[in-house]
Amino acid sequence: MELDPKIPAGPIDQKWERYKFQLKLVNPANKRKFNILVVGSGLAGGSTAATLAELGYGVDCFCYQDSPRRAHSIAAQGGINASKNYQNDGDSDYRLFYDTIKGGDYRSREANVYRLAELSGNIIDQCVAQGVPFAREYGGLLANRSFGGAQVSRTFYARGQTGQQLLLGAYSALSRQIGLGNVKMHTRTEMLDLVVVDGRARGIVVRDMVTGEVRSWAGDAVILATGGYSNVFYLSTNAKGCNVTAAYRAHKRGAAFANPCYTQIHPTCIPVTGEHQSKLTLMSESLRNDGRIWVPRDADDERRPGAIPEEERDYYLERRYPAFGNLVPRDVASRAAKLVCDESRGVGDTGLGVYLDFKTAIGRLGEDAIREKYGNLFHMYEKITAENPYQSPMRIYPALHYTMGGLWVDYNLEATIGGLFVLGEANFSDHGANRLGASALMQGLADGYFIAPATVGDYLAREGANTITTESQGFKSTETEVNEKIKRLLNIKGERTPESFHRELGKIVWQHCGMGRNEAGLKQALEELPKLRDEFWKNLKVLPARNDQVNQTLEKAGRVADLLEFAEVMVADALNRTESCGGHFREESQTEEGEAMRDDENFAYVAAWEHAGVGEPPVLHKEQLAFEEVSLTQRSYK
Amino acid sequence: MNFTLKVWRQKNPNNAGRFRTYAATDISSDTSFLEMLDIVNEQLIERGDDPIAFDHDCREGICGTCGCVINGFAHGHQEGTTLCQLHMRSFDDGQVIWIEPWRARAFPLITDLMVDRSSFDTIIQAGGFISIRTGSPPDGNAIPIPKDESDAAFEAAACIGCGACVASCPNASAMLFVSAKITQLGLVPQGQPERWDRVKSMVAAMEEAGFGACTNHGECEAACPKEIPMDLIARLNRDLVCSMVKK
Repeated sequence: MELDPKIPAGPIDQKWERYKFQLKLVNPANKRKFNILVVGSGLAGGSTAATLAELGYGVDCFCYQDSPRRAHSIAAQGGINASKNYQNDGDSDYRLFYDTIKGGDYRSREANVYRLAELSGNIIDQCVAQGVPFAREYGGLLANRSFGGAQVSRTFYARGQTGQQLLLGAYSALSRQIGLGNVKMHTRTEMLDLVVVDGRARGIVVRDMVTGEVRSWAGDAVILATGGYSNVFYLSTNAKGCNVTAAYRAHKRGAAFANPCYTQIHPTCIPVTGEHQSKLTLMSESLRNDGRIWVPRDADDERRPGAIPEEERDYYLERRYPAFGNLVPRDVASRAAKLVCDESRGVGDTGLGVYLDFKTAIGRLGEDAIREKYGNLFHMYEKITAENPYQSPMRIYPALHYTMGGLWVDYNLEATIGGLFVLGEANFSDHGANRLGASALMQGLADGYFIAPATVGDYLAREGANTITTESQGFKSTETEVNEKIKRLLNIKGERTPESFHRELGKIVWQHCGMGRNEAGLKQALEELPKLRDEFWKNLKVLPARNDQVNQTLEKAGRVADLLEFAEVMVADALNRTESCGGHFREESQTEEGEAMRDDENFAYVAAWEHAGVGEPPVLHKEQLAFEEVSLTQRSYK
Repeated sequence: MNFTLKVWRQKNPNNAGRFRTYAATDISSDTSFLEMLDIVNEQLIERGDDPIAFDHDCREGICGTCGCVINGFAHGHQEGTTLCQLHMRSFDDGQVIWIEPWRARAFPLITDLMVDRSSFDTIIQAGGFISIRTGSPPDGNAIPIPKDESDAAFEAAACIGCGACVASCPNASAMLFVSAKITQLGLVPQGQPERWDRVKSMVAAMEEAGFGACTNHGECEAACPKEIPMDLIARLNRDLVCSMVKK
């Protein structure tokens, strides 16, 4: 397998402009002869489907939800970054580029990240024109806030619902194209496999989730915008339906999977209450601006928080990081919380939680000021926990939130399979080992509105139409494999539900490949995972045991089957990378003070894994990262 | 906690449906309503019954996928809450809970508690957008928008498209849903060029999809998990009347 990132030559701020000029164009009259398959209708998928249709291509768009408006991009809270410098505080494309590279702990590609920063401003213009109601100042201009510890105010937001508003913007553009007949939308339809013939993506095999019908779609290019794989951990802030199937199926068909061990754990989520828990809820990071994080000084202190005197509390972030205090980056805050819980100082019934206390801020600013800032979050917390955070401190604990790893793509966002493009969280390219707050929405929309429409056109102009039809051998054999797998899942007739396997899988990866990872644990996970996978295929129970109607248990079973295999790739990657970087913390690689320590000499590369068969170790390919613009430094928040 | 569930089971639109009784036992009060259904479903599968099909996804009240009528209330009795955010502690121990799908002609039933809400998408496709091509907009700050108008547009844009307004309306009207979009786009300058055509085509699409008319019951506002007020419907009606004069 050859990894050619296709990074264009020239100064970093001119690469994309020059490259766009070199890209081949499709004659306007010929565009409608091409048909592009877009899987996923979130920020990346929805925006690219709409834009390609506006350009004149035929588009078929697929989503598993009942409407494209429900994709999980909708749940993003905080905001979207753009280097507009409307605040006159010294922001620029270069600064956003630099912050993103540094925040990613120097494990992303300079050229891709610069392009992202360069396009960020256009995204805001586009969304405003669509009627997205961003927050505004009294003068009528767009408001900004500082987010995730950035030193400039570059985050645009729509209260705590920025993802929802941006997605509804993309959905409106997509709806317009559906209404015009330029996009055919296929809802409640799940992609179950990719069809590859002669090294080129030719189409997909999907299942209609209402009738159970399995059928193929041929296209001239296939775009995956299918999100991340946080749900491999079972409990995450992702929607219940989020899964890795589309990306993992492409991986099995020859697409390299890059950096799967880069996962982001968000420090401020509502803790787990018991076995019944089905997902975790995020509380916006902005709470750390006024809340103080603490645990009891002594282990196994079971007093109520109010009964613990000040001198017996440990404000451990303020103690360990006097300069940044409670505002240290996500990965640092999460690991510190785990550490105190490991010392049996965690709070709540499960002992897996820390206090986020607003008492000082309420004393200083008054309850009304806090209510105005965080009212909706306090309300949400109270709804879920039945505790009043104005009176007693919130309990929080870190949870899986975002995955930086994904299918390997070159500068065109094209995977190692020709004609397969991967956008948004599903690819690996822009966030390195750690994503900065308010950057996910930016990347999804940059990929979807601006990058893919240019590079997919170039691909079509170069490679021409796909002549392989759904009647051909390649499609028929893939379809047969999909049908066989469904039959197999239905016919095991064992004792355990897919949900129970998923929960057990989550426990294994959270324990051994979660916030802290070490060689012994990862090796143990690599022993436990195949056993669980074996049991799955022997002891699974799916009801109704038929495929001619809605069957949510079958949907779940198929996804869990892929997550089980995928988990081994993730663990293998974590085992290979013996350095700590960003969201990947290898306990063997830390400084004397317990901070993450990178190993630039040996690990300044993208680990792209090639599938070698189920149960076989994947094959590692390396893309060496070249840093021409920034010099590598160790992050410090002391 | 223990509950008796009366759940609407219906294999497909052609079969007759009926309520079936299930016991939900030993449920922690911290369990959300959908997690309680998860537990019941696990037990159903284990003892060889088909699980209850219901729509859900984000489980944090923003995607708009979930929704059932609980004891006669869309999304349950708690105000401003989606079904996924409703917790079992808000019920009484031992309570009987009736669970039904959204019932409206424009939302045909698929199975059990799942309905087809694609008519909402059809209404948006008819005009719930601003016709702007990617790549052609002016600078984001080129057109200032007064903060109060922008904030009001945001309030209307908070609609999650769940369909509770339709399910709770005696006429199964979609006026609150349509008015939310009309208001959002009608309040901002970018939405003005298509304002009058938009209201006509969206209302026409709504009627064609089989939704009823609004007769000011106000059930929609009471049921809306995002608390969208029904005065937006007045705005919709005003825009509709104006559109007949303007063009």
